[in-house]
Amino acid sequence: MKLNLKIWRQSGPNDKGYFDMHSVEANEHMSFLEMLDVLNEQLISEKKDPIAFAHDCREGICGTCNLVIDGRPHGPQKGTTTCQLHMRQYKDDDTIVIEPFRATAFPIIKDLVVDRSSLDGVIQAGGYISVNTGQAVDANAIPVEQEVAADAFDSATCIGCGACIAACPNGSAMLFTSAKVSHLGKLPQGKVEHKKRVQNMVAQMDKEGFGLCSNVGACEAECPKEISLDNIAFMNRAFIGSVLTTED
Amino acid sequence: MSWLITFFRSSIGRKLIMSLTGIFLITFLIVHLIGNLQLLYNDGGEAFNTYAYFMTNNPLIKTISYGLYFFIVVHAIQGILLAIYNRKAKGSKYAVNTHENASWASKNMALLGILVFAFLMLHMGDFWWKMKQNQLDMVTYASFDAPVKDLFTRVSIAFQELWIVVTYIIGLLALMFHLLHGFDSAFQTLGIRHKKYTPLISLVGKAYSFLVPIGFAIIPLYIYFGK
Ligand code: HEM
Ligand code: SF4
Ligand code: FES
Repeated sequence: MKLNLKIWRQSGPNDKGYFDMHSVEANEHMSFLEMLDVLNEQLISEKKDPIAFAHDCREGICGTCNLVIDGRPHGPQKGTTTCQLHMRQYKDDDTIVIEPFRATAFPIIKDLVVDRSSLDGVIQAGGYISVNTGQAVDANAIPVEQEVAADAFDSATCIGCGACIAACPNGSAMLFTSAKVSHLGKLPQGKVEHKKRVQNMVAQMDKEGFGLCSNVGACEAECPKEISLDNIAFMNRAFIGSVLTTED
Repeated sequence: MSWLITFFRSSIGRKLIMSLTGIFLITFLIVHLIGNLQLLYNDGGEAFNTYAYFMTNNPLIKTISYGLYFFIVVHAIQGILLAIYNRKAKGSKYAVNTHENASWASKNMALLGILVFAFLMLHMGDFWWKMKQNQLDMVTYASFDAPVKDLFTRVSIAFQELWIVVTYIIGLLALMFHLLHGFDSAFQTLGIRHKKYTPLISLVGKAYSFLVPIGFAIIPLYIYFGK
């Protein structure tokens, strides 16, 4: 199948950027990233600059393969990452528009690659639990109810890709941050630091320059892990409750 | 007290202000609608004018009305500031924009809010301001011991004008879309989300968002076409 690609090119963070047209010969068994690999090999053989795009695991777990495909982060397929999107979703002679994630807190490094270290800032502010070093604790020492474990696990499936921020018209990181807050705050191991964690992570999220949540819901619709808006509600009440009930 | 300032400057704190003022406005609109439906009585304005007299002279209601003016201004200013902040946080826009992942209203709350605000200015200038400035005639009713301002006649005259009726319908449509997203959103902002109650809140929100603007729209339409 022949595909027409309209791809964003930008040589650096301060470059203006522009759309470039390319065409590529692909087959329906290729993943979206493999199709781009073919294009890049073509560009290299023509002695042109290959398109920079990020990828790592190529199996939907690392959250690196971040592209906006025809206006949708990770493409039109629900609940999957770009690397899990296959060309059988497209027809011969389709035109596909590929753009980088857009948000002020995600500056573009080159072409389709953005800098997501703002998300690291949020994690460093509280996305962990503190444990003393020494002997590993017995896995079953703290009993966790099955429902609670499953619920926390749903939140834990967030891969930190940032598609929620890319999809949000406000560039808000509420879905990402709330997934971490819920995942840890629902488990007994994470409850200990829960109140402090919520305040610190929200403060850092604001500091990184993410927008405010208007409850638009585009994040939930585009999230490859289908993280629910329940997490945002959980964080809202946790934050308000924590500010009102802590001493400092 | 610095914790309070930090709280209300945080993202969630700022949204909390939007949500609480929004819910206050939602409550107000119900009271306002029930009172105004008395304009539909063909009693020469007795029910409505004596009701308006009570609402403008009762000290408790007067106090609440000052709160109302304050909350509208806070909600409007905060809403616009948030929209500007969010636009900056987004930075640049996409070349392709999909409408599949979110409702139109949810992405245009500031625009809808500004339309509602513009409508409010016209509405208050026409009735509330003229009432405050004593530009209305006085009437007396046998059943009521004091002369009252004849707001009923002012309203009846205003709604003979087609452009005023059309403007009201547009303003109320903007309010309907603002509420179709805003009602549910206010509860989500408060963190009220529950498998049992959220569908109920959504249902009440839909009913409110349609019925309240329709209820308000009946008044100009009834006066324009009925008289
Ligand atoms: C009587 C009229 C109004 C009512 C009943 C109302 C109600 C609401 C409610 C319930 C919300 C949702 C709050 C939340 O998401 O937490 C909201 C949001 C909003 N309102 Fe209003 N509103 C009114 C008038 C206005 C006006 C006059 C403006 C601006 C000029 C405005 C601007 C906004 C904006 C921008 C938001 C979105 C905030 C966000 O989610 O980021 N509203 N409104
Ligand atoms: S919440 Fe979903 S979209 Fe956002 S970072 Fe996590 S996995 Fe990606
Ligand atoms: S490359 Fe790892 S999730 Fe796609």
